[in-house]
Amino acid sequence: MSFLITPHKKAILTAPEIARIVVRISHEILEKNKGSKNIALVGIRTGGVFLANRIHEKIQEIDAVSVPLGELDITFYRDDIGLNNKVPVIQKTSIPSDLTGLAVVLVDDVLFTGRTVRAAMDGLIDFCRPKQIQLAVLIDRGHRELPIRADFVGKNLPTARNEQVEVLWKETDFEDQVFVIHDGEEAR
Amino acid sequence: MRLSQKDLLALSDLQKEEIALILSTAATFKEVLDRDIKKVPTLRGKTIVNLFFEPSTRTRTSFELAAKRLSADCINITAATSSTTKGESLLDTARNIEAMQADIIILRHPSSGTPALLARSLKSAIINAGDGTHEHPSQGLLDLFTIQEKKGTLAGLKVVIVGDILHSRVARSDIYGLKKMGAEVTIVGPPTMIPPYTDQWKVATSYNLDQAVVGADVIILLRLQRERQGKGFFPTLREYARLYGLNASRLKKANNDALIMHPGPINRGVEISSDVADGLSSVILDQVKNGVAVRMAILYLLSGHANE
Repeated sequence: MSFLITPHKKAILTAPEIARIVVRISHEILEKNKGSKNIALVGIRTGGVFLANRIHEKIQEIDAVSVPLGELDITFYRDDIGLNNKVPVIQKTSIPSDLTGLAVVLVDDVLFTGRTVRAAMDGLIDFCRPKQIQLAVLIDRGHRELPIRADFVGKNLPTARNEQVEVLWKETDFEDQVFVIHDGEEAR
Repeated sequence: MRLSQKDLLALSDLQKEEIALILSTAATFKEVLDRDIKKVPTLRGKTIVNLFFEPSTRTRTSFELAAKRLSADCINITAATSSTTKGESLLDTARNIEAMQADIIILRHPSSGTPALLARSLKSAIINAGDGTHEHPSQGLLDLFTIQEKKGTLAGLKVVIVGDILHSRVARSDIYGLKKMGAEVTIVGPPTMIPPYTDQWKVATSYNLDQAVVGADVIILLRLQRERQGKGFFPTLREYARLYGLNASRLKKANNDALIMHPGPINRGVEISSDVADGLSSVILDQVKNGVAVRMAILYLLSGHANE
């Protein structure tokens, strides 16, 4: 038996908090890679692209260097095409000419099952042979289905499986914000 | 957004939004074709069968390449090597192919309507790769894609389609697609090769190519399909070439940036002169390159229906 409760949203991060996280992750990326010389950023469509742009700007502020920046659509590499009649709309991929030999930081907004990251790594390797692939995410909400872990985490957020994490970006939604949404049905 | 039907039989069946979805999906697949590794794992494990009862190089190779670029398994069956030569019916052949768990069957057949027959009878997705004188939707879509890529839009363009409209399935797909996307279409040809039922298409008709090309943005030439024609449609090939062949002096009357298109194979010196076919306005080989991307998009979008 389950009790229905009305769906509700809980605010997790506000715009200034997200801005502080971007500053910290940018510094962590520079620290781990000993500067901005051998790194590149690749955002995973769509939310990861916005976060990658923010980190790119911040690294430019800190180090006065514009590191290579790319966007990756992972649809080609998904493992659920045709399952549940799913055919997601594909968007553009653009990867800077050659990332071979660089440490590529994949950037995504939410790390959940890890399947997106697996697909992104496969996609990236079809373009080039990076020296290393690292992972930066705004939210790590747990529930991994693959042996994947992030190198840079904005916020660890324990969630229930039936909850949704919604990340809004000012490019599309007025303001940077993160919410957790309960889908209305309480865990049994 | 997804396609509403499990099959792709005709552009006359598609909504404008569905055509736009196929074209935008094709643009993303075109990027894959420019990579060093021109292959993605999207359709791995899917089986695609090319079932061709008429000769073809471009369409069959293009579908096969599209399937392979998406990592699907692709098998080719042609009429000469199939058991239809032993008297098996088309439907029985197709049912056997389906029993081998083909997800998508691509059919070319000399009789109009055969893909629709298979689509009704089978669960596999059916793609019409040209049926008789009915439609050739993947060619129509790649023509739309090429025009949109070069011109930025389809709406408001003046498109002239020249030649054997009566027998051309490419012309029918082009007309339905172009009209749905808002282009203006004029069909030109000898009166014997303009079908009597053009009213429903809402296109302009002309028997004079010199007048029709004035101000054209796109000129689509059709192959004279001598295998489908009886005798008596026009007196001689020479006369046809003189009246309805596109040459450099006629091309000058069109807009400066007009595109010249042809579904291939071209008859040089008949519907198109060699200097025009190989000239700067010609996008005939771009059509072939885009064909692979458009067919990848079709296979991808239909694969979502494969398990229903």
